Amino acid sequence: MIEANGLTKRYGERLAVDNLTFTVKPGQVTGFLGPNGAGKSTTMRLILGLDAPTSGTVTIDGRPFSKVAYPMREVGALLDAKAIHGGRSAYNHLLCLAQTNNLPKARVGQALELVGLSEVAKKRSRGFSLGMGQRLGIAAALLGDPKVLMFDEPVNGLDPEGILWIRNLMKMLAAEGRTVFVSSHLMSEMENTAEHLIVIGRGRLVADCTVQEFIDANSELTIRVRTPESQRLAALVTAKGGTAAPDGADALRITKLGMTEIGDLAFDNQIRVHELSPIQASLEQAFMELTKDSVEYHAAVPGQPARGAVADGAGIAADVVSGAMQQGGR
Amino acid sequence: MTTNTSALGGLTALPPASGRAGFGGALRSEWTKIRSVRSTMWTLGSATVVTIGISVLGNWGRANHGDATAAQLAHEDLTQRSLFGIILGQLIMVVFGAMAITSEYSTGMIRTSLTAQPRRAAVFWSKLLVVSAVAFVVGEVISFVSFLIDSSFWRAKGVDLTLSSPHAMQAVVGGGLYLAGSAILAFGLGAILRHTAGAITSGVGLLFVLTILVNFLPQSWQNHLDKWLPFNAGGQVWSTQHVPGTDLGAWTGFGVFLIYGVVAVALGGYIFRNRDA
Repeated sequence: MIEANGLTKRYGERLAVDNLTFTVKPGQVTGFLGPNGAGKSTTMRLILGLDAPTSGTVTIDGRPFSKVAYPMREVGALLDAKAIHGGRSAYNHLLCLAQTNNLPKARVGQALELVGLSEVAKKRSRGFSLGMGQRLGIAAALLGDPKVLMFDEPVNGLDPEGILWIRNLMKMLAAEGRTVFVSSHLMSEMENTAEHLIVIGRGRLVADCTVQEFIDANSELTIRVRTPESQRLAALVTAKGGTAAPDGADALRITKLGMTEIGDLAFDNQIRVHELSPIQASLEQAFMELTKDSVEYHAAVPGQPARGAVADGAGIAADVVSGAMQQGGR
Repeated sequence: MTTNTSALGGLTALPPASGRAGFGGALRSEWTKIRSVRSTMWTLGSATVVTIGISVLGNWGRANHGDATAAQLAHEDLTQRSLFGIILGQLIMVVFGAMAITSEYSTGMIRTSLTAQPRRAAVFWSKLLVVSAVAFVVGEVISFVSFLIDSSFWRAKGVDLTLSSPHAMQAVVGGGLYLAGSAILAFGLGAILRHTAGAITSGVGLLFVLTILVNFLPQSWQNHLDKWLPFNAGGQVWSTQHVPGTDLGAWTGFGVFLIYGVVAVALGGYIFRNRDA
């Protein structure tokens, strides 16, 4: 169990983590979701004591991580697959970690076997692909049979087989009663593994709920209709109990009415329809609303800096919610 | 216990946990770290070859091609001369000591190390102990081998120079101590700066460049400063001849040299413990 209470981290002027309070419970995979730069990695560093919080506390099973008797038996973490000395062999890398916690030497070779790196155990990790590095990092995290596991963007650099492997591994670890806390900037990744979600944007807590709750609350169907008579259609839709909002000069975004109803309504009133398309706009919009102020890095679009910033935020948000849209559409 | 579970089924069960992960484990870990990277072998190997090689070349050359008679030579500090490769060897020891800690930062390994053992004092002091012990052993080997080879050249020339000559043992043991001290100073600088090139540059600057720069100061300033510089103070421990007032003497000099290292290590240790990794 990880408990953060008012966790805040300031780097100079920049507030990376802003008063986060959350609990990560054992027995399930908890997704840690947010756009790039939202403070996910910083939060994980604070949990591990790599960085000291500016204020607030975070504990592992009620204690600060540095007070835990055998850190590797308590927490296994993979924050950065490149955080290894490339000149050291995979075996010696794991051995020097195992020794710090008095773990049996035999587990080193077995952990390499578990992640499929036995054949390169004696090879220096400098030559490893990112995927092999991730596997080595996961082996290190599992060495101490920890109660809590933390992975920061673990599927980065993994091939499809590797992605499936780590998803199943995380689910198995959670099913065994462990606490599994995994970050991602991709909603689709969370959808496949997590049961619970902690969503942050610009360092602040945006949502703390189950994946299903997040989707239910945010996946109202919106229909986009393009028609030369948008004002007339809007009035008809409103009369039918739907809501219609203009979307440009000749289009509407309609909610609370189905696609069939809208099509029939237009046909019955002889309104020409040039486009009738479903969009999970509200989930997308919800995430945009949630994170539009929290997208750290806006790409400047020449000539229209203000809109460029919004468009970029929307792009990342759309990326994040695309998985949920798929799920919502099922 | 969740040892023999499905996810980690292939792993040997962990023994029941008692006590806590501490200094002993950290020490074994640091020993594994230092022996498992090639830079250790390269730096210590080249320190050995360079120091012994230069000492041997210089002493062989002067013993066989110099004009001085045995009687004249007997007044010189031939023990110190037989160790003079240390002037370059210390710089390679600086590289060894600095890299032992800065490589943790340059590779990012520090984050993994401190996740396995978040009690930073245990990591820092065990690493320092391993680095010091390795540098001391290698330093003594370098110093003794240099002296044993070089003194044979002088004995062939008719000078009575052995380990039992006055102060010879102090100087030869001192040569190894001085090399270890150089590594410790650089380790401290590395912990302060967290940057390989910066730590090596400042280490070389302190031990080598500073000694040269002081020569450009007015003579009266030099007279006051010279003996306190790290190289001039520490160098006394591998000399057999001292001039009271001009230098600090073997052990006082080495003590002053060590203070530089202690200050660097203390500051480095403070930063290691308190600054974000």
